[in-house]
Amino acid sequence: MELPRSLKMFLLEAGDLSAFTGRFFREAFRPRYEWAEFIRQCFRIGYKSLPLIGITGFIMGLVLTMQLRPSLVDYGVEAQLPAMVSLAIIREVGPVITALIFAGKIGSSIGAELGSMKVTEQIDAMEVSGTNPYKYLVVTRVAATTLMLPILVLLSDAISIYGAYLGVNIKANTSWSLFVRQVFEILDFSDVLPAVIKTFFFGFAVGMIGCYKGYNSKKGTEGVGHSANTAVVLSSLMIFILDLIAVQVTDILGLN
Amino acid sequence: MQEQQQTYRKKAKYTDEVVIDIRDLYIAFGSNKVLNGFTLQLRRDECKVVLGRSGSGKSVLIKCIIGLLKPKSGSITVCSQDILAMNHDELDKMRIQIGFLFQSNALYDSMTVRENLEFPMRRHGLELDEKDAEGRVLEALANVGLEHTVDMMPAELSGGMKKRVALARTLILKPDIILYDEPTTGLDPVTSREISDLMNELHEKYKTSSIVISHDMNCVRTVADRIAVLHEGKCFAEGSYEELQQRTEKEIKQFFV
Ligand SMILES: Nc1ncnc2c1ncn2[C@@H]1O[C@H](COP(=O)(O)OP(=O)(O)O)[C@@H](O)[C@H]1O
Ligand SMILES: [Mg+2]
Repeated sequence: MELPRSLKMFLLEAGDLSAFTGRFFREAFRPRYEWAEFIRQCFRIGYKSLPLIGITGFIMGLVLTMQLRPSLVDYGVEAQLPAMVSLAIIREVGPVITALIFAGKIGSSIGAELGSMKVTEQIDAMEVSGTNPYKYLVVTRVAATTLMLPILVLLSDAISIYGAYLGVNIKANTSWSLFVRQVFEILDFSDVLPAVIKTFFFGFAVGMIGCYKGYNSKKGTEGVGHSANTAVVLSSLMIFILDLIAVQVTDILGLN
Repeated sequence: MQEQQQTYRKKAKYTDEVVIDIRDLYIAFGSNKVLNGFTLQLRRDECKVVLGRSGSGKSVLIKCIIGLLKPKSGSITVCSQDILAMNHDELDKMRIQIGFLFQSNALYDSMTVRENLEFPMRRHGLELDEKDAEGRVLEALANVGLEHTVDMMPAELSGGMKKRVALARTLILKPDIILYDEPTTGLDPVTSREISDLMNELHEKYKTSSIVISHDMNCVRTVADRIAVLHEGKCFAEGSYEELQQRTEKEIKQFFV
């Protein structure tokens, strides 16, 4: 039986990506460890995303609050506003929106960077200079995205909640301490933990897909642009798929 | 035109010792048989040019020599050691002795010229203190006349300067053998000639043996001791520039127009 061409391409690519990911687990835990490069990547990937993540987080919290208020007023539960907004932010909106922005900024830059290193033979040059380019380029970047995204999400959550506080105070008058008390009353461990755990997977997916697309870039500048572009598209899609899996898993584990 | 042609090399001064011995190399990508029984010997001190049309598998050939690609069959020995039987560590050690000048220079965009030159030294674990390392970097850059670029980024350099810095990086480990992948392609004629002369100069100075891939006939004429013509995956003919110039087969003649 002949498979349709696009399906065949999809399966081939999925296989390639799995093999590329498998290699990560084989290479990451064996010396030599590229600590210096890993720390440099953490700084680049984490620190440089801060302003963007901060601004979007703030706006998200503010807007979400303003959008939710009228409905809550209709039902006469306006007092629940801080609790509702912070639950939504911590459990879903914060992780997913931050991860999507992260995919747009970091996924594309990794795809483009490794893509241009590939087509200008810099990856080959590393290999002949006594360096394992997979360890030096891929392992360090994937480890850095996996570690940095959860931190960024926590920061973004905090800023969003502050945005929500300002949002609440547009039409009401709540003190910061009362607001915080309301938030922490509703939140418990089973809200925060699954949300944090899934962000590690989001970070891993963004790094891995960016590296995979860059590492397999085709010759020419279009090839590099294409790598950056498909890295963002594929990792955004992957974030939603992982989110869907995560909600099923927490459901089964009774963490809801 | 002829008298301002480059300084020709004194021919046939190389020895009989074979440093690279390639036999019956076969490699294919899918159904595309790129090398199909290619055979070549490089002697010590010799500069051998491999001529071939674009896409004929010249880059594939030298990437096999340095172990970046694995041929399906055939043998490659460098200084009587079998490259294809080597494990990773042995290959790394061998690569210290083989310099590779990439067609696209392969300078690391994110590093300064100094860091680019230090990279192979550090990564190959050469035990050098700061002062020796700096000395080596400056010596390598002096060889190509670009000491003043040491703190610049590759993006700030012109095409010819990039090629020189790449050459300096290739030389920094003082290799016995250098593989040049189209060293003058994409450069203007004046710069091409400078690079060709520089290759000769460095060949004299460091007594390297080299394989040069090119179809720039001015460069070929300047640097070649002997020339091999790669055609349809095989070594079609071999000889000096003058010998091949006399040949009438169209596979050879096409290069000598
Ligand atoms: N990694 C690869 N995968 C598939 N095909 C390749 C690969 N590298 C080279 N080729 C093919 O091998 C042929 C020779 O390539 P190359 O050696 O780069 O040519 P050139 O003689 O111009 O240097 C080309 O047809 C190219 O498409
Ligand atoms: Mg080539």
